[in-house]
Amino acid sequence: MTAVTAFTVDGEPLPFVPGQTLAAALVASGRIAWRTTRGGRRPRGVFCGIGVCYDCLVTVDGTGGQRACLVQARAGMTVTTGEGDDA
Amino acid sequence: MREPSEREAGERPEPPDLVVVGAGPAGMAAAATALDGGLRVALVDSGAAPGGQFWRHPPDHARETVPTAGLHHALPAYRAFRATLNAHRHTGRLALLLNHHVWTAVREEHGFAVHAVDRSRPPEERAVLLRAPALLVATGAYDRQLPFPGWDLPGVLTAGGLQSLLKGGGVTAGRRVVLGGTGPFLLPVAAALAARGAEVVAVCEAAAPTAWLRRPGPLLRNPAKWAEAARYAAVLARHRVPVRTRTAVVAAEGEGRVTVVRTASLDADGRPVPGTERRIDADTVGVGWGFVPQLDLLLPLGCELADAGDGTMAAAVDDGQRTTVPGVYTAGETCGVGGAALAVGEGRLAAVSVLADLAAPGRPDHRRLAAARRTVARHRAFARALARAHPLPPAWSAWLTDDTTVCRCEEVTAGAVRTARTEGPASDHRQVKQLTRAGMGWCQGRMCGPAVHCLVAPRGRPYVPAERLIATPVTLGALADTAEPPPDRTCPITPD
Repeated sequence: MTAVTAFTVDGEPLPFVPGQTLAAALVASGRIAWRTTRGGRRPRGVFCGIGVCYDCLVTVDGTGGQRACLVQARAGMTVTTGEGDDA
Repeated sequence: MREPSEREAGERPEPPDLVVVGAGPAGMAAAATALDGGLRVALVDSGAAPGGQFWRHPPDHARETVPTAGLHHALPAYRAFRATLNAHRHTGRLALLLNHHVWTAVREEHGFAVHAVDRSRPPEERAVLLRAPALLVATGAYDRQLPFPGWDLPGVLTAGGLQSLLKGGGVTAGRRVVLGGTGPFLLPVAAALAARGAEVVAVCEAAAPTAWLRRPGPLLRNPAKWAEAARYAAVLARHRVPVRTRTAVVAAEGEGRVTVVRTASLDADGRPVPGTERRIDADTVGVGWGFVPQLDLLLPLGCELADAGDGTMAAAVDDGQRTTVPGVYTAGETCGVGGAALAVGEGRLAAVSVLADLAAPGRPDHRRLAAARRTVARHRAFARALARAHPLPPAWSAWLTDDTTVCRCEEVTAGAVRTARTEGPASDHRQVKQLTRAGMGWCQGRMCGPAVHCLVAPRGRPYVPAERLIATPVTLGALADTAEPPPDRTCPITPD
């Protein structure tokens, strides 16, 4: 597989393969956690992978609460992570 | 083969006779059967390609970049359904709405209103309203989870999550993987990970290998299942993946991510046997304890439930897949978990019922219908036997500590849940929610509900999921849109 394009995560470009979700691209890059819980500040990443658990929340182009496992990665997308689940 | 876009396929379709929610094996089979019978169908799915979790594929434009060869089973059926659906997109009788999340369906005077949001251009959400006299819900199921210490560490995923990353994105989530839980689903996940280069250090199956021998009938009547199991066994043997029965993952350890997995042998009740604990270096854990039917759309409509025989409730249906609400049909894992072949059979039967109830001209003859019923009955018997052979270990809560997280969203501990049971009046997960906030977070108890139920409810009482009026979070903007949808937003056009 060759990466042909990228979106940005917290300001850094992240290459992805067309067809991958944000979660798949993040995991492929070695990131398995990208936010913390509101209460215990525990790290969370992808868990269920199919949109049920809401562990993988990110902010996409300024809109919070997006499930990274459901959002198809697109070139030029701006993704912010690391916020609590009230993001 | 590249499919034509909806725009090439023709003008705006007329309103459908049937809305099918979910384009997995059941929904694809149902839509194809209904279309062949002459109906107009809107097939709605949250994914980027038809197939559901079983036939999960990357979107069509990524077929070259995300290889899925060797990850799939029963592909001839999938290709046949796609060909049928494709042909009906040309005739304009099928509207295939991908990346559409249905958040509610309500009964109206002459049928149903299905409310969805089009999320094909994130983060934008556009409201879509579909109306039809008949509604078929084929929303499937998701992995059932039992918590254990460390299950909320990054690197712990559901077994289905590992598979979805692999099938949908071509991503092998870990280098050294331990799988645990119960049921045959662990085997294809292990085989696929091993085939794609992960080192699967162990598959921990909680059930006893002899459980099937107590009731061999359904197994003998389904030789295809034997062959499938043999294929997985061959792949696992080739990659030297050990399958340990009567064994469970009882803890995961690490700082910020999993580094060590603890497993233990289980006694007949499912309690870890002292002295059998093993520590295994691993960076990834995949767990699944069977599945929970996804009933979010059916419950608010008032569909009655029935005991699925595996510890959860499922939609009650007649022998034609009719729910207890006239005009609402359901097929696949929503009416009891049983695998793709059963889901396909149920999808066909459900569509035949729709054709009969709407008095459509095209209906299969009685002999084919009877054969379909026999197939469904055979697969359902197998599914029941499967559930009996792979029960939840009754004493699974023995591996919880008081500070083990049970509700991942609100971070409610096992100790808090137990206190709600012993010192409060809680005897079901709804009462625990009121007392502890378990199930009150983002996932609305979808993850912790079955486990909380097991911790507080009398043994043997099946899990009844909570009724959720909104099946997926929607923005106020999208909600406002639905009050008076502009005409172009009600038109089912597949995103490019």
